[in-house]
Amino acid sequence: MPNLEHPAYPAATLLHLESLVPCRESQVSMLLSIFGERQQFTFPSIFIYGHTSSGKTYVMQTLLNTLELPHVFVNCVEYFTSRLLLEEILIQLQSCCSETEQTSHVPCDTFNDFVRLFKQAVLSRELQDQTLYIVLDRAEQLREMEANILPAFLRLQELTDRNVTVVLLSEIVWELFRPNIGCFEPFTLYFPDYSIGHLQKILSQNHPPEYSADFYAAYINILLGVFYMVCRDLKELQHLAALNFSKYCEPVVRGEANERDTRKLWKNIEPHLKKAMQTVYLREISSSQWERLQCDNGEPGQLKGLSAHTHVELPYYSKFLLIAAYLASYNPVRTDKRFFLKHHGKIRKTNFMKKHEKTSNHLLGPKPFPLDRLLAILYSIVDNRVAPTANIFSQITSLVTLQLLSMVGHNDQLDGPRYKCTVSLDFIRAIARTVNFDIIKYLYDFL
Amino acid sequence: MSTCSVSKGCFVFKPSPKKRRVSQKTANDFGLKNNDSEDSELRFVTCQSLWNQIKSETEHIQEDLNKQLFDNLVSFLRQSHSEFQEKTTEWTCRMKSREIPTAALVLGVNVTDHDLTFRSLSEVLQNNITPYIALLEAKDCPGIKNLMQKLMGQLMNCYIDVDSLEDEDYVQVSQNRIRCSMSSLIDWYESVTKKTDSETPSKKRTSSSRHWQSPPVVVIFKDMESFTTKVLQDFIVISSQHIRELPLVLIFGIATSPMIIHNLLPHSVSSLLCIELFQSLSCKEHLSTIIDKLLLTTQFPFKLGEKVLQVLINIFLYHDFSVQNFIKGFQLCIVEHFYSQPLSVLCCQLVDTKKRVNYLSHDQCENIRRLPSFRRYVEGQVSEKQIALLTADSCLKEVTLKLLEDLHVYHENYVSVLRCLHVFTSSLPKYPLGKQIRELHCACLENQVWETEEYESSLQLARMLNKSDLVTMLQQCVEIFVSSSGKEFDKTVEKLKDFLTQFQKLEDHKTLHEIVYFNTASVLREHLNAAPRIALHTALNNPYCYLKNQALKSDGGSISNKAPDICIVYKLHLECGRLINLVDWLEAFSTVVMAAEGPNADAASSDQVDDIIHARFIRAVSELELLGFIKPSKQKTDHVARLTWGGC
Repeated sequence: MPNLEHPAYPAATLLHLESLVPCRESQVSMLLSIFGERQQFTFPSIFIYGHTSSGKTYVMQTLLNTLELPHVFVNCVEYFTSRLLLEEILIQLQSCCSETEQTSHVPCDTFNDFVRLFKQAVLSRELQDQTLYIVLDRAEQLREMEANILPAFLRLQELTDRNVTVVLLSEIVWELFRPNIGCFEPFTLYFPDYSIGHLQKILSQNHPPEYSADFYAAYINILLGVFYMVCRDLKELQHLAALNFSKYCEPVVRGEANERDTRKLWKNIEPHLKKAMQTVYLREISSSQWERLQCDNGEPGQLKGLSAHTHVELPYYSKFLLIAAYLASYNPVRTDKRFFLKHHGKIRKTNFMKKHEKTSNHLLGPKPFPLDRLLAILYSIVDNRVAPTANIFSQITSLVTLQLLSMVGHNDQLDGPRYKCTVSLDFIRAIARTVNFDIIKYLYDFL
Repeated sequence: MSTCSVSKGCFVFKPSPKKRRVSQKTANDFGLKNNDSEDSELRFVTCQSLWNQIKSETEHIQEDLNKQLFDNLVSFLRQSHSEFQEKTTEWTCRMKSREIPTAALVLGVNVTDHDLTFRSLSEVLQNNITPYIALLEAKDCPGIKNLMQKLMGQLMNCYIDVDSLEDEDYVQVSQNRIRCSMSSLIDWYESVTKKTDSETPSKKRTSSSRHWQSPPVVVIFKDMESFTTKVLQDFIVISSQHIRELPLVLIFGIATSPMIIHNLLPHSVSSLLCIELFQSLSCKEHLSTIIDKLLLTTQFPFKLGEKVLQVLINIFLYHDFSVQNFIKGFQLCIVEHFYSQPLSVLCCQLVDTKKRVNYLSHDQCENIRRLPSFRRYVEGQVSEKQIALLTADSCLKEVTLKLLEDLHVYHENYVSVLRCLHVFTSSLPKYPLGKQIRELHCACLENQVWETEEYESSLQLARMLNKSDLVTMLQQCVEIFVSSSGKEFDKTVEKLKDFLTQFQKLEDHKTLHEIVYFNTASVLREHLNAAPRIALHTALNNPYCYLKNQALKSDGGSISNKAPDICIVYKLHLECGRLINLVDWLEAFSTVVMAAEGPNADAASSDQVDDIIHARFIRAVSELELLGFIKPSKQKTDHVARLTWGGC
């Protein structure tokens, strides 16, 4: 008994469509009822939103292709300017009707041009009596284009006076789109996240030909048991399933267990999947490296992940510059005297601590400091005399390009540049250790 | 063209002169100062040929050092897309999401050296993998649009370069005419790969055997750290959608640590990548190899003195970690040596020395007699010999030749002995003489190493070594001696010590060392480790230092009114606090300037400042502002704020 029913389309096509979009039947049937029959006008604009990989793009694509509805599908990230986007829509329109010759590329700078050219393009087509669908994927990018683009797309039916519907797909809610000046409100449709049951059903659908569906479903069950807590992205789960399946099959291939021996299979795969969660899922090591490890039966421990390589080798003075920058960022200015003057006297922390300084500076984050202060601290922490050579100054700039320091308000280079130190405490301690500098002794927070 | 100037204005960019003209000019420059009797032309030629030898040697060394890294990268690139080309039907491949192969290339913080590495990398890739390579820099790609433009420009140009004559209409299509989108890039890729397929076999056989049917498109991000996250994210998202049609491979050039990838890219984007890590040799090891091959060898007659070497190494270790800069500094030493030392004409291979010594002019002989080390040598001779050496050129030439040969022999032995000594010292606890051979080398150049305390403690520690260690070390020493071309050496420790004392003689005591050693560290420091703030301060505070005008010779702290206006203004502003009152400043300025005109002037101007002086003052102040010493203050309208403090 098919869930999808519509008088305009043959039942066989609908049945096929239903098999292609598991767990999204209600949304599809809703869309079908909105679309109506081929020649009927429908909503001028439809806004579909839902979390990452909740099947928005896939459902729309499958729906339009299976029912052979005339459509244009554009990704707004790929066509990053309004001009590119509009031209791409026109190009796809032209290529839709195969009988006409590929006309040369027509420039389309404004939406006005677009409406004119769009009318021409639709006129030349024979399918004038069918609704044309323009699907804009990742529609949140439209907000970054000219202000008129989004409202105009929402009213495209009215502006062109043609049977056209614009479908916007996005991961964020409509409220974040609505322009201040107001616009035509589209019909909004929410795609909820797949539940664990849905994921199980969808993932089990594509089982490898050499194994039974049940066997694969059991594997997916284990996989979801491990990964569902951290990852609900269908694409990613499918990728992980494919990566680790050969390991799951290992006992069966070697003849140590049969396909029904769930417990044995679970014992074999579970630690492996946990390891995968810490490494390949986080892209600490790449999928191909993971596969190679699996082949060689090696321990993932031998291969260090990306985060294991935190050590940065720096020139001697760069290290001190970075340390000075860290001190300048995290110590209040008033305390410089206490730390860097020889005869500073005994100042107790409690005495000169102001109220707002009771909170740790490390919780508040780095504060900007001027270049002069950085150099003053540098001169006092380096043992031998440092000449203010061009090399020292260029090292500061190098540290900025390496993103270890960041420049604050760099509108005017002569106006006493200000910097912030962006490295972590662990990092600076590692650096300080290499030059035998006890940085903790110089930090106000640790006094 | 760009300038580093911070002010707006017109800038003249002179066309860079042609290579040949430059070298000719330098040859003339060599001759300008010194007359012909000092062999300036020959010195120039020697210098050039020596530098060319060293240059090719360094290139060779760098090629060797990068070989391992490049081999790994090439094999990674070979595999990257082959998997999908071979077994597209297999279940796993269908189910796996297709990630973009990405090489994270950690190159170290010496960003200046990266250019060379990338250049040779793209050369290697071009020869082995693919003709389609794009090198992107963050400064060219503030937005995704610019990135795409740059990428397409580079890729399509390379296509045009490959067969420039066949496709004339493609060449004529200007940059703006091509739509700057991924789809046009894919169209282009399809058209080029199809073309190579249908190419007549005779013509393209060679290239298609080097690159396979659909070679990957390699995009290199030279400075990953400087790219904005948005640009990177967008580009990765776009290209991952088209990875099936366009086999992209990304290479991230990373200066700090691979952690930066996770800092820049969120999980949703990094999950589109298949990242593998490649690490280049650390720059310190690189430097050690360079020093080993360039300095600790008898291949090149030119040597660096202790101070000079120390300056170069210090700049490397303290400031930039750049091997390229080290080599540049070395080049500067060579040029400076051959330019300033007339006798450097004798700094050549031993085979040429004899001829050159014979051709020495009388002036050059006098130059030799003036060398401190030669004078010491003469003093040590018997009186008849002394007279002969100081008066007869022929006798001098004979002795010179012999001494130069001695020096050469000394160097041959020196290198071997140094290496042996290093075998010992590098395994001692706490490394009293340094861990690296370069530290030992510096210590030996500096003074009689066997007289130093460190040497004493090294010997004591060496005595405490156990037998097996000692034997292995001696074995290593034997190997060094056997492989060296020097004299035969005995294998016992005693003999070794003999050698140490025998050959570790200071160069200063070695006669004629001035010919082959460059030791003017101050010149080098001036050129390589410039101090612009100090120079600027000196120029403004003491203009005589640069202008050499007797009237400006200052007699202490007083401000001379003969000095340029900006100097007067500068000196006055040094006495002020953070905020400077412009009216007071003008008054002080006019007082200093008027002091010249004498007492009759002050009657005329009374309290009203002369317009011309006022104008001069304003000009001088705005010049100071342009130099970055002051800026207008928002706190008080008639004040300016000082931006510099301290002596320099």
